[in-house]
Amino acid sequence: MTNLKPVDVAIIGGGWTGLLMAKEITAKTSQSVAVFERGIPRKTADYAVTMDELDHNIRLRMMQNTAEETITHRHSLKDSAVPVRQHGSFHPGTGVGGAGEHWGGASFRFLPDLFTLRTHLTQKHGAAKLPADLAVQDWGVTYDQLEPYYWKSEQLMGISGKAGNLRGKKIDGGNVFEGPRQQEYPTPPLKRSYASSIFEDAVRKMGYHPYPTPAANLSETYKNPDGITRAGCAYCGYCQRYGCMIGAKAQPTNTLMPVLATRKNFELRTGSWVRRIVHKDGRATGIQFTDASGEEFFQPATTVILASFTLNNTRLLALSKIGTPYDPIARRGTLGRNLTHQVGAGTRVFFDKPLNAFMGAGELGARISDFDGDIGLSGDEDGLLRVGMIALSSNGDQPIGSFGNMPKGASKSNWGAEWKKASLEWRDHSASIGLSGEHLSYRQNYMDLDPTYTDKFGDPLLRFTLDWTDHEFKQREFATKVQARIAREMGAKFDDSPPSRARYNTIYYQSTHIQGGAMMGTSPEDSVVNRYLQHWNMPNVFVVGASAFPQNAAQNPTLTALALTYMASEAIIDRYFKHPEQLI
Amino acid sequence: MKRREFLTIPAAALGGTLLYTLAREPVRLQAQTGGKDGMVKVPLRFFTADEARVVAAACERIFPSDASGPGATEAGVVIYIDRQLAGPYGRDQYRYTKGPWVESVPEHGYQGKENPQETYRQGLKSLGNFTSLSVQEQNKKLAEIERTHFFQLLRAHTIEGMFCDPMHGGNAGLIGWQLIGYPGPQMSYRNDIDKHFGQPWRPKPASLEQVTGRPGQPWEDEKG
Repeated sequence: MTNLKPVDVAIIGGGWTGLLMAKEITAKTSQSVAVFERGIPRKTADYAVTMDELDHNIRLRMMQNTAEETITHRHSLKDSAVPVRQHGSFHPGTGVGGAGEHWGGASFRFLPDLFTLRTHLTQKHGAAKLPADLAVQDWGVTYDQLEPYYWKSEQLMGISGKAGNLRGKKIDGGNVFEGPRQQEYPTPPLKRSYASSIFEDAVRKMGYHPYPTPAANLSETYKNPDGITRAGCAYCGYCQRYGCMIGAKAQPTNTLMPVLATRKNFELRTGSWVRRIVHKDGRATGIQFTDASGEEFFQPATTVILASFTLNNTRLLALSKIGTPYDPIARRGTLGRNLTHQVGAGTRVFFDKPLNAFMGAGELGARISDFDGDIGLSGDEDGLLRVGMIALSSNGDQPIGSFGNMPKGASKSNWGAEWKKASLEWRDHSASIGLSGEHLSYRQNYMDLDPTYTDKFGDPLLRFTLDWTDHEFKQREFATKVQARIAREMGAKFDDSPPSRARYNTIYYQSTHIQGGAMMGTSPEDSVVNRYLQHWNMPNVFVVGASAFPQNAAQNPTLTALALTYMASEAIIDRYFKHPEQLI
Repeated sequence: MKRREFLTIPAAALGGTLLYTLAREPVRLQAQTGGKDGMVKVPLRFFTADEARVVAAACERIFPSDASGPGATEAGVVIYIDRQLAGPYGRDQYRYTKGPWVESVPEHGYQGKENPQETYRQGLKSLGNFTSLSVQEQNKKLAEIERTHFFQLLRAHTIEGMFCDPMHGGNAGLIGWQLIGYPGPQMSYRNDIDKHFGQPWRPKPASLEQVTGRPGQPWEDEKG
C-alpha cells in the first residue's frame, strides 16, 4: 500500500453529487479537493459516435460492469439471495458523470408533504390505520427550507418547464399541485410530440391538469450562473442510456466538469476504485483505493465525502464498518434501512395513425399529478395511502427495442411470419401511458452485505432484501384503472387486463431510482446522517445522494439529490470547515 | 490455430433485391467477393461454416423473407450473431460469473453458467440436421425448443441483427430500417418534432457512419 500526500477533502464518486460538492467547495474555499472515480474519463465530444442502440440501449455499454461488481437479491428474510448477474430493473452508471450521463433528465421537485410523510400520514389516518411494517419517516428538512436549493439546482441545469404554483398563485398549464415556487423555470417547456399532444388533449378533456415534464433537456440555448452555455435539444431520440452529443441534456460532464477544469484546488482521479473509508477513534483518516493496474493506495484526507450511487454509499459504509448495520428482526441499527425503488404500471396504447415516435427526448412528455401523493384520494380507498404521477413520454422509439409492440392477440406466436406481419403493421403505432408511483419504505426492505457472493476484489456484494407489498399492488391497480379511462378517451386500443400481484423482478427495467440505506433524519436512533448529510457517528464523513431519502417520491430523484447537496455544501463551507465537528 | 471458416452465400441474398438495397454491399460486410459466380465469402469469427448455415436457416424462420418484406437472410443476421458471439458479450465479459451457481425463481432471470458462446454450441446440437428439413419441419423444430434459453437468445439476436446499425454486421444495406421506416441516428429533428401529426414521416435512412462521417466503435471489436 502506497501512502499519498494528504488532501483536505476526498470525494468518493465523480457523478452529479460528488462533482457538485467539489464545484461548491473549490469555488468558495482554498481546500484541496480530490475526486476519486472508479470508471473512465468522459467528455461531450466522446458522444458523437455513440448513437448506437445495440451497444447502448441493449448491451448497456455505459453502465457499471456487473462482471466486476453487482448486487444480490432475495424477496424475504426466508430466502437466500442470488446475484443480479446482468442489469435488469435498474442501471447504475460508471465513469465520470455516473448515471447522470445516461439519465433521461426528468427534474421535478418532490411534493412538500413527502418531507414530513410520517407526520402527514399519522395526522391524516391515525397511527393505528398505517401498516405495522411501514418505515416512512420525516426527513429533518422541509420543502420550504429546500426551495432555494431546488432553484439553484434548476438554474445549474437550466430545467425546461412551466410553473404551476408561483408563490402560491396557481397557473394553468403548469403543475398546479406542486409546492410553491419562487421563480418560473429557467427555460420554457420542450415542444410537444404528436403522442404527448393526444394524451394532453384527452386528460384536459377529462378535467385533469396536464403539464409538460420538467426536463434537464434544454428547450433553448441557456447560460447558467456558472457561465456555462449549452445548446437546445435536437429531439434526436438518443437520450436515456446515452450521453448527449450536443450537451443539451445536463450531465456532470457538460455542466460541472467545464467549471472544475479551471479550478487549481481540484483534482479528478479516474480508474480509482475506493474500497474503504479508513477511520480511527471516531474520525475518518482517509480512503483506501485500488487503481486500474491493481496497485493499492492510502489517501489521507481531513474530510471524506461519500458521493457514489445509493448502492455503493451503503456498501462502502458497511465495508468500512461505519455505523450500525440494520437488523430487520430486532429492528435495531440504521445502516441499510429504508431501501426503496419506484412503483410503476404501464398501459400500452395503440393508434390507427403513425406517431413518428423515433423523434423524442429523454423527458419529452405530458403528465398529470391529479393522483400524486394523496391528492386524488377520497380516503375511502381501502389501505391505499399514496399513488403517483401518470404520464405519456416520447423518449424516441428505437428499432430493436420497439419492434414487436402489438395489441394483445394480434399474433399467436412471438416469432415467424404471422408475428413479423403483425409487428410491421403495428410498428410506430403505439405508446405507453405509465405510472411513476411513490414507493413507501418498509421495515423488511433493506440492504446489507451478502454472506456468499463477492466482487472482483473478494469484497462482499451488497444484498437487497426487497419485495412489493399489498400497497404497491393497490397503487398499480388504481393507476391502471385511471390509465384505461385515459386510453379510452384517447381513442386508443389497449389491453385492459388488471395488473398481476407480481413479486419484485430483477429482469425488466423499472427505473434507476434506488433510494435509502444511509437516510437522513432528526436523530441518530433512526437515521444515518443529519439534515446536512453528515454522519451521526463520524463528523468528518458526509454521505451525499439519494441514499439519504427515507422513502421515495413519485418524482425522479436527481433534482432533490442535487438540492440536498447544495444545502449540505453550504453548511460544510460556512460552518463545518471553521469548526469540523457535529453540525447538530 | 483454428482453420479460418467462411460463410459462402449468394451476393444477391445479402442486401436483398433492388427494391431494398442501397447498393453498398458486400463491401460493407468486409466480405471477399467471389467474383464471377456471384458468391460472397464472409470470414467467420466464431461459428464454423456448418454452424453458420444452421443459424442462418433458424433466423430465417424467426424473421422470414416473405410477402411482407425481406428477412434475416437479406439483413445478414447470421454475420451479426457471429460477431457478437466472438466479442466480449459472447464471452460474458459483462455478466457476473462468480459462483455458487444456483437455480432461483423466475424473477431472477437467467442464472445459468453457460455464456452465449456455450449456449449456442449446445443449442445448435439440439437443431441437428436443421438445414435439410422442410420449412414446415424447421418451424416445428423451433416450436419444440421455443421455451429454451437458447431460443430466447436466438430470437432476441435475430431482431437485433435485423435492426442494428450496419457497423455490427446486421441490417445490411439498411434493409431492416427501410423495412420499418426508421431513419437511423439523425442529428436533429428540431424542426419536425411538432409537425407531421398523424402523417407518416419517413426520412431516408442513414447509418451512424454516414451521419457522423466517422467510423463507429462497435463494442464487439473491443479487445480484452
